[in-house]
Amino acid sequence: MSEILTPPLKTSTGRTLRTEEMVVNMGPQHPSTHGVLRLELVVDGEIVVDVIPHIGYLHRCFEKHSEAMTNYQQVIPYCDRLDYLASMNMDWGYALAVEKLLAIQVPERVEYIRVIMAELQRIASHLIALGTYGLDVGAFTPFLFMFRDRERILDLFEMTCGARLLYNYIWVGGVSHDLPPGFIDKARAFCKYFRPNIKECNDLLTFNEIFIKRTANVGVLPREVAIAYACSGPMLRGSGVDFDLRRDDPYGIYNKFQWNVVTGKGEVGTVGDCWDRYMVRVREMEQSLDIIEQALDQIPDGDVQSSIPKRIRPNPGDVYVRTESPRGEIGFYIISDGSQTPYRVKARSPAFVNLSVCPEICRGSMIADVVAIVGSIDIVLGEIDR
Amino acid sequence: MKKYFNDIFRSVWSVLIGMKITFRHLFTPAVTVQYPDVRLKLPERARNRLYVNMDDCIGCFQCDMACPVDCIMIETVKALPTDDLGMTSTGQKKRLWVTQFDIDIAKCCYCGLCVYPCPTECIKMTDVYEFSEFNRSNLIYNYATVTTAEVVDIKAKAAVYEKEQAAKKAAAAAEAAKAKAAIPAPATAPAQPPRPTPPPSAPPPENKS
Amino acid sequence: MEQIFRTLTENDFLIYFLMSVIPLLWVVPYALFAVWLERKVSAHMQDRLGPMRVGGWHGWAQTVADILKLIQKEDIVPAAADKKLHFLAPWVVFIGSYAAFATIPFSSAYIGSNISIGLFYVIAVSAIVVVGILMAGWSSNNKWSLFGAMRAAAQIVSYEIPTALALLAVVMVAGTLNLQEINQHQAGWFWNWYLFRKFPFVFIAFIIYFVASLAETNRTPFDIPEAESELVAGYHTEYSGMKFALFFLAEYANMFAVSAIGSTLFLGGWNSPFGDLLGGPVWGAFWFLSKGMFFVFVQMWLRWTLPRLRVDQLMYVSWKVLTPWAFACILGVGFWMMM
Repeated sequence: MSEILTPPLKTSTGRTLRTEEMVVNMGPQHPSTHGVLRLELVVDGEIVVDVIPHIGYLHRCFEKHSEAMTNYQQVIPYCDRLDYLASMNMDWGYALAVEKLLAIQVPERVEYIRVIMAELQRIASHLIALGTYGLDVGAFTPFLFMFRDRERILDLFEMTCGARLLYNYIWVGGVSHDLPPGFIDKARAFCKYFRPNIKECNDLLTFNEIFIKRTANVGVLPREVAIAYACSGPMLRGSGVDFDLRRDDPYGIYNKFQWNVVTGKGEVGTVGDCWDRYMVRVREMEQSLDIIEQALDQIPDGDVQSSIPKRIRPNPGDVYVRTESPRGEIGFYIISDGSQTPYRVKARSPAFVNLSVCPEICRGSMIADVVAIVGSIDIVLGEIDR
Repeated sequence: MKKYFNDIFRSVWSVLIGMKITFRHLFTPAVTVQYPDVRLKLPERARNRLYVNMDDCIGCFQCDMACPVDCIMIETVKALPTDDLGMTSTGQKKRLWVTQFDIDIAKCCYCGLCVYPCPTECIKMTDVYEFSEFNRSNLIYNYATVTTAEVVDIKAKAAVYEKEQAAKKAAAAAEAAKAKAAIPAPATAPAQPPRPTPPPSAPPPENKS
Repeated sequence: MEQIFRTLTENDFLIYFLMSVIPLLWVVPYALFAVWLERKVSAHMQDRLGPMRVGGWHGWAQTVADILKLIQKEDIVPAAADKKLHFLAPWVVFIGSYAAFATIPFSSAYIGSNISIGLFYVIAVSAIVVVGILMAGWSSNNKWSLFGAMRAAAQIVSYEIPTALALLAVVMVAGTLNLQEINQHQAGWFWNWYLFRKFPFVFIAFIIYFVASLAETNRTPFDIPEAESELVAGYHTEYSGMKFALFFLAEYANMFAVSAIGSTLFLGGWNSPFGDLLGGPVWGAFWFLSKGMFFVFVQMWLRWTLPRLRVDQLMYVSWKVLTPWAFACILGVGFWMMM
């Protein structure tokens, strides 16, 4: 974008003064790259001319490991570690794919539990995204407030399945444990506690003029570009595209609840800027609270382990199932060759695809903006590198 | 021009609101728990360090097979019919010496998949989470209750027993062959129904089924 | 104070050396205390506890332990760094911050150097910090440090202007640059303070001065030079051990210096807010130090509330917001005085 760069200057003797472009490494170890991501920035002064992301520092051979497992259930701990901040959603995506391959139906109580867990996980993941985003732009306090609230959600998870981050909870055909006694009351108490905190964080950060100046009109992702790059999740909805897999390609029982799909409207800047993506995440948290409260009211009784098959041996075939994780569309493509071990498991990672749009929207902005933009894409290297 | 003054006013106002919130939080009680002086009680289902109650282990290899990272290493030796290994607390008679039961807790991913298939519920996840070591090899937990000397003894006896069984089988097969050869084969006798083949000897149960 | 020293010795050099060490007796313990206070203030604003263990009661000895650790740390100098500049830079920054204490009156009995151009001297000498920062950024041989240093230089130089203009408004009212005399003019109850004279012009000048001083000391929302999440630590990335401690000391000394000047010029300095009640030289020192500490607390409060501005927005605030408003204040005060 040459119009942003300064035109070449001429000395008094008529020679052209050249400025050199500097290659700076926002290296794998950096407080703001949300994991081990290497961003090679070609800068001219403070203006970024090009961004080249280098990934692969966290590659742990998820897909190869899945082929070495002795059965389909054993892959679930590996799915946890894909997007480790949204483990429930990863497990659910994989479990849905295998259930489709086996053509089994899960009991209704299991569906309700899965929705509650996935939406709680969505809130927890968005809290991290928003908190660390505040940290990137310099606001230290909202980060701690959000982590304090996230601890409550992790307490709920620990009560149910015993783990705080990598749950191995949603299994093929059901869930590993039923809800413990006291869970429903504690979850309702959490919803009641959390709603005013969203408002407090809005007052502190979202509508703070300095924050708005840092994020509005920065990293504008036009609608067509977002669709062309196959962005999904809050990236896509922040650009004004009204598309949410939970409503448009439904899975589970999302159609039983009353909730809205949140899109960016360019309230303080342009549609598709960083502020819009941030606001979409904040409002999605509120929508998730609505879903959770409705699910807690409607949840039926039942057995959560009756549909878990003893032996998983699907017919040969392949299946692709996509679900809405906090970062976008997580898709699992599974090829079965008729044995108990999967032949191929491919995970379509939302953050990987969303990150690919980074060079496009970073050109012409300043270094400080690159930090803001990468933070608003909300990447997790675990699922980018798999 | 109006936008300029509007910006300034909004900036000052949002700064003051933010300051009010942080000032208010100066007086709210802190949520920090002062570990290690105060330790929170973990919920009942907490998944931390593994523990195996070897009295109940029947050496079925279910946990070994269920582990996604292969951190459990088990070795068993079939007990002689004369050995009495006792019963598990669930009433099963133990038929296998478990000569090696190692869990590399550094590899363990704390998924809990080994807990579910155990028929006697002898492998459990406890709530112990403070088990760091200075030496990494100390993180390989050896649960087997037989000493190394006993293991050598058991394996030696088992080897001897195998040889005897094999010798007996060979002798029985030789007898059967001799008996078969003694019967004269008829020239044009009607086709005789095939003799039922003796059932194959059952494979030793410690193999994976 | 000078008289007390004259009774001890006749050597001029020794007397003035002792006079110049006295602020150090305040600055060093204050820096130790201020780092601890910052950690506690930030912790309680974030619903945490902060240091609790070192020294027993709420970890009061935490900074002492940190300084002991920093002193014995290995001094790492990057192989390709410019050794002389790398060594000198923290000293230049510290000297620039500390030299401002020479003309600040701590009480009616003590002022390091009672010169008639006290305020002018302070503004001039605190600009030496820029040289030190540029030296630090350049000599580290690190692109990120260089970035931080360039941003810091641009920021500090730009914000000198609204600072000086806002102070100019007060000087017009006071009629003198001597800080001790400015203090004496504000004697009496708190409505005599310059903050409330020629209202609202001096009040607005005070706000401008306070915001500009945040930028002078590289505090959020203007802490781009040391933006932790972007540049790791800006111009002092490559410093370890005692040199890093010097940078830190310089930053906190600077914080107190600008707070002290603000309280001297606008809030009456060492004057008691109740007139003659609780007045006198010793009480004067108390009032002065507590007003300074109050502003230090407000600086910390702002740090933990606000996100940081981008470099070009920082420049915009300085040149297009603070400077025009400072000019407006000067005009306002001038017209008022002409009436």
